[in-house]
Parts: sequence; C-alpha cells; structure tokens
Amino acid sequence: MSVDKSTVLRIAQLARIEVPEGDLDNLDGELNNILGWVEQLNEVDTDGIEPMSSGVPGMKLRRREDAVTAENRQEDVLANAPEPRDGFFVVPKVIE
Amino acid sequence: MAELTQLTQLTIAEARDGLGAGEFSAKELAEAHIAAVQAARDLNAYVVETPERALDDAAASDARRAKGEGGSFDGIPVAIKDLFCTEGVRTTACSHILDGFVPPYESFVTAKMRQAGAVMLGKTNLDEFAMGSSNETSYYGPVRNPWRRAGDNRDLVPGGSSGGSASAVAAGLCLGATGTDTGGSIRQPASFCGIVGMKPTYGRCSRWGIVAFASSLDQAGPMTRTVRDAAIMLGAMAGFDPNDSTSSDAPIPDFEAALEGGVKGMKIGIPAEYLVDGMDAEIGALWDKGVEWLKAQGAEIVDISLARTQYALPTYYIIAPAEASSNLARYDGMRYGLRVDGADLAETYSKTRAEGFGAEVRRRILIGTYVLSAGYYDAYYLKAQKVRRLISDEFAAAFDQVDAILTPTAPTAAFAQGEKSDDLIAMYLNDVFTVPASLAGLPAISVPAGLSGDGLPLGLQLITRAFDEENLFRAARALEEAAGWTPRPVAAGG
Repeated sequence: MSVDKSTVLRIAQLARIEVPEGDLDNLDGELNNILGWVEQLNEVDTDGIEPMSSGVPGMKLRRREDAVTAENRQEDVLANAPEPRDGFFVVPKVIE
Repeated sequence: MAELTQLTQLTIAEARDGLGAGEFSAKELAEAHIAAVQAARDLNAYVVETPERALDDAAASDARRAKGEGGSFDGIPVAIKDLFCTEGVRTTACSHILDGFVPPYESFVTAKMRQAGAVMLGKTNLDEFAMGSSNETSYYGPVRNPWRRAGDNRDLVPGGSSGGSASAVAAGLCLGATGTDTGGSIRQPASFCGIVGMKPTYGRCSRWGIVAFASSLDQAGPMTRTVRDAAIMLGAMAGFDPNDSTSSDAPIPDFEAALEGGVKGMKIGIPAEYLVDGMDAEIGALWDKGVEWLKAQGAEIVDISLARTQYALPTYYIIAPAEASSNLARYDGMRYGLRVDGADLAETYSKTRAEGFGAEVRRRILIGTYVLSAGYYDAYYLKAQKVRRLISDEFAAAFDQVDAILTPTAPTAAFAQGEKSDDLIAMYLNDVFTVPASLAGLPAISVPAGLSGDGLPLGLQLITRAFDEENLFRAARALEEAAGWTPRPVAAGG
C-alpha cells in the first residue's frame, strides 16, 4: 500500500495539522518510505495470535471507585490558558 | 571544604557517604554543581536552570541532616528530563506547542525524589516529545555530547531522546538524571555518553505527570555514572501510584543490596540474531569481550535465539506513532501552550498544530493517524500488536533457559550532528537492540564497557525477566567491574 498526495492531505485533515502545499511532495515520499519499510511485518504469520496492548503481558488495568478524588482547582486549571475569562476557557465560535 | 571540581566528580554513593560523614554540606554540593552547569552552557544540556530552587532544596536537606533525619538520597543534586512535569517550573517536552507551560502539579516520580531529599538543578533537553535518537529534534536546539572523536573536533550527538540528561551526567553537571525510555531513549544515549542508563520493568515507575508519548511503552528510569548509583536512584523513583492504572504494586526490593551477588551460576543468553548488518565490528568485538568477562566470573553462557528481533523496529514504528497520535491530540491550543488563530475553530486547531509541532513529531502523528484510520487499522495496528505478542512470547521462552540476556546497546558509537538526519530509517536503526525489550516491557540496562577505535564510549545491554531488576543490577555490576570503566570525556565541565 502506498499513499498519494490526496491521502496525505486527508490524514493531515484527520490529525488537524495544516500541511503547506510545498511540503506535500516531501511528506508523501517520507511516509511511503516508512510505510514500505513496516510492511515487512506481512512476512510474519500471526493467525490466531492475540494482539498485545499492555505494557507487560497479562497486565490488567486497575480500576477505582467512581468517586471525586481531586479538589476544586479552577485557578490552577486555567493558569496556562491562552485566553481565560471569568473562570472559562475562551475558544473560537463553534456554532453559527 | 572539598574542592568544587572534586564534588562534581563524585558518585551518588560517595556523595551520600560524604554528606553522612559531614565532609561537605548539601549546600556545597549544590553550589559546585550550579557552577559546573553555568560553565558548560555550550553543551545545551539544560533548557531550564533552577539554581535558587537547588539552594533552597539543599538548605532544607542540611537542616534535616542537622536534626539527624534524611535518607540515602537526601541532598543529592539531580537533573530532571524536561518531560517530567515539575510544579512551578516550566515544562515543555522541548516542543514549541507547550510554550511557556508551567505545571500546577508535580509528576509522581519527581515528587517521590523530592520526598527522598533530591536537590533539583534544572530541566534537561530532549528530542521534541521524546521522539528521536540524537536530540536534534528539540525546539531548543541540539545537545552536544561532551565526548569527541580523537583528532576530530566535530560536535557529536549525545543520542536521544534523553540526550540532555546523558550529556549532563557525563560532563559532571549533576550526579544523576532522570530519563524516560520508550524504545531506547535512556539506554542509547547512555551508551553514546559513556554512562549507565537503566529502563525498569514497565510499571515500576509511575507515568503520572510525565508528558505522554506512547503510553504502553513509556517508562522512567535513572541515568548515572555507576551501576550502584542507578540502583540507589531507582529506589528513590520507583513505587506504586494509584493515579497510574498501569503502575505496579509489586514490592520494591532493596536494589542496592542486590548489587554484589555476583554472576556465579547465572545463565546468560547470547541471541545470535543481534548480530545485525551495519553494526560496527568493534561493537561485535566488545560484545565478545562481555561474554568472556561474565564467563570468567562464573556465569554460564547459553546460545539463544530471538528470531523475531528483526521485526521489532517496524512493529515499534507502528505502535509508538499510533499511541503518539492519540496522546498528542490533546494539544489543541485551547487550554495551554501555543495558540495560532485561524478563521474558525478547525483552522485554529490545524494552524496551531502545524506551527507547534516539529517535522519529526508531525511525521509520527501522520503515520499514527494513518495506521489507526478506517480500513488500515487491521493491516497495520492490529498486525503490529500481534507481532508484539510474538516478540514478548519469544523473550518468555528465552527466559525459561536463561536469567539474563547480553547484547550491544546500539549498533554504532555517537555520530556527528547532521550525519543521519537525512535518512529516517538509518536514524530509526539506532534503536534496533533496545526496542525489543521495550515492546516486551522488560527491564534493561546499558553499561559503559569500552572505547571505540577513535576513543568514543560503547555500551553493552543486559535484559532480564519482568520485575527482576535485582538480577539485572547484579549482572550489570559484574560487567562494570570487569570492564574497569573509568574514562571521562574531554569536554567535561565545559
């Protein structure tokens, strides 16, 4: 499988990263280089193999009671905001 | 008072003993290191210096000691990789997108080290979001390796991603530094800079408060000048944390106590498949030497096969970018960090992320997004997770036969800045020996074991079973002792 420029644009759109037209040729080549290289995994027979998603085999994610454990830290949470106002994050208009 | 330069040459163990015996104070130790950090700014190892904080920490440590309190890590000056959130101290993961971010909280690992009395000297440089093997992708510029090739003045890379930490430890700008390792980011720079770098079992050190790269692989660990120091420092970093659902509640052994057990009777596996194309011949020769050293100390050498090794890197370069693309979705310019305004919300997102992420991070997010996208998930991501299982199973089978595995840490010594930037796959191959243990979650350590023909440090790697750091440190100590490693970089101290 290889990606063309329109696919690169579609992925960039999904990833919410603007890609300048001038970068497309390079990126297309780089991504195909990497994707071509990882395709060697197709040589490995993985029929009936359980995918491993944990950091060490057999690790179970611990669960906790669904209870509030953090105190109110509104000021801390907003301290790094690019545009805080009246205890809120200000964001561009979403609804027309 | 001891000479300042002597204080920066101590090991953590020596500093602990000297502090305990009252030969010098934590304040003197901190002052010596602050001076060294300032004198060696040309290495670009630190991106934030916190001298006032270090002096405050040291004064508090001296006060505790005067009252007869304070444990074995009290007063030890350390550097913190700028991937750990530190309360009130700028933390950016060396990315433009986290411009000016000052965490209102402290990572679990650094909080635990503070509790143990560590003195923080500052935050160290790294590849942006820990994505890189040469520390050249940092928004704050590359780090210089304090080592140079004999007769060659070119700047060398310190390895990556924990390049600032490795350079700082090697140059005597701290007694130990935290690193994080996702596919080799502690071990490879340790090998390049002639220091010890240790990645614990996945789950030993909490990931809470560490800027996430690939969550099923990320693991914090110590970078030090000796194996003993790594054991002491891991004791100050490891522990159960209810805030990380993958944090292990297994008991933490006394790592230092395990050191001197020796390798007599220990079975050491040598995997034939780690003899890869493109590996320097002198690294192969050093590996052979390592085998002889351990054998001479009574270890039994066993030939083993890890045939899936060749698939570890491509597996990693699907799984790690996939997890990264998901983790880095949080950088949207709304709640913290950089915001670049666009005509609407979607454009603000895409402009912010275009300007905020560097080329390597952008590439990995795009790869990750692609392999997780509809129609490709099974062919790439699920396939990689299945191969990951096979790699992990293969290690498990090997550990039915042996107690530890010995390999080189990296296929080459440190290279010059810019030397590998044009060839992505060549850069990725740096991690060919370190990635397999990362995929299986196993503890592994790089020990400096010799010098290349042109005078650069080379490391050997040991890997053990999950949660068997004791055998890992024991074998590493034996290797270190046999190697008789003492060389120091020429540019140490600036």
